[in-house]
Amino acid sequence: MFAWEAAGLKHHAGFYLKLFWYTFQLSAFTVGGGYVIVPMMKKQFVEKLGWLEEDEMLNFTAIAQSSPGAIAVNASVLLGYHLAGIPGALLTVFATVLPPLILLSVIAVGYKAFIGNEIIRNILTGMQAGVCAVIIDVVIDMSRTMVKTKRIVPVLLMLGAFIAVAVFNVNVMYVILTGALVGFISAMRKPGKEDKK
Amino acid sequence: MIYLKLFWAFIQVGLFSIGGGYAALPLIQSQVVDTYGWLDMGEFADIITISQMTPGPIAINTATFTGTRIAGVPGAVVATLGCVLPSFVIVLIFAILYKKYKNLKYVRGVLGGLQPTVVGLIASAGLAIVVYALWNGGNASFSIGSVDLVALGLIAAGIFFVRKFKPNPVLIILGAGIIGGLLYSLI
Repeated sequence: MFAWEAAGLKHHAGFYLKLFWYTFQLSAFTVGGGYVIVPMMKKQFVEKLGWLEEDEMLNFTAIAQSSPGAIAVNASVLLGYHLAGIPGALLTVFATVLPPLILLSVIAVGYKAFIGNEIIRNILTGMQAGVCAVIIDVVIDMSRTMVKTKRIVPVLLMLGAFIAVAVFNVNVMYVILTGALVGFISAMRKPGKEDKK
Repeated sequence: MIYLKLFWAFIQVGLFSIGGGYAALPLIQSQVVDTYGWLDMGEFADIITISQMTPGPIAINTATFTGTRIAGVPGAVVATLGCVLPSFVIVLIFAILYKKYKNLKYVRGVLGGLQPTVVGLIASAGLAIVVYALWNGGNASFSIGSVDLVALGLIAAGIFFVRKFKPNPVLIILGAGIIGGLLYSLI
């Protein structure tokens, strides 16, 4: 069963249109690197539409980071498949690729003028500040959720990952592998907790 | 056949750029600049600048940019398609496996370890973006005195509005763009 069925969403044109439109927005405003897609996904798909759980979104981000290709594209494949199967994945990838495709094919022609234009540069610098606000807000919420679980291992993993990358510039792949390994070991040490249906 | 060449070059970029973003840069450079000579180093540096300014993954941006310059819009479409195809197939397989096995004990364990890790990664990406915004892309020296005050004000106002009114984040980003555009142009 796919999430849209569970959520009682009808598999009709309106649903696909919404999925396309929100993914398009997600991509069009992901300025400043792949991870910016996460705050946008949380705000729109988790909080506003309620189509996605926060846990699930973090899982998608981890898988997207560990797969070849751009994080934003990979996350959109996972999102689309989760919500509406293979047609959903095709739709979300299309919606993710479209904004940069349109923008860059236009810019490619007269891009010197684009880079040199003072006003465009100012607007984009302002937008970057807006992106900062959104990402700070989401990081506050997510880290608070982690701390509220009052479990020491997740909090340590979170702080460790942050310090490793922000301070020591450790390769992200190693950080992800460490997180996965710690999770695996803590599952081994928890007898009795069997596979969930 | 230029379309086939574009497609093939960007399939390789899409397939071997694990880790995303700037990790993919050397690979893109080797295909686009060194192997095929579609862009020179100056143009390649420009595309990095453009990618920092515009939305979209850097690999897709380069694919579109290169495709357009070499073979027009059809070239852009072909290159982008090549760039996306490997990740689409591979991630789709992961998505199917994930759906099937996410409730197994060990899979849940691994995912349980990955979730807080990812929050830490997002926080560090956020910090990098904030530093970039406050100190003008790292061009200015890192001291309190050289903070971009307009950016600081916009970020503070943005956080206030996001937390107080919970609007569509797109509005916050657009609003900051318009107000920032005005302020920077006037000052």
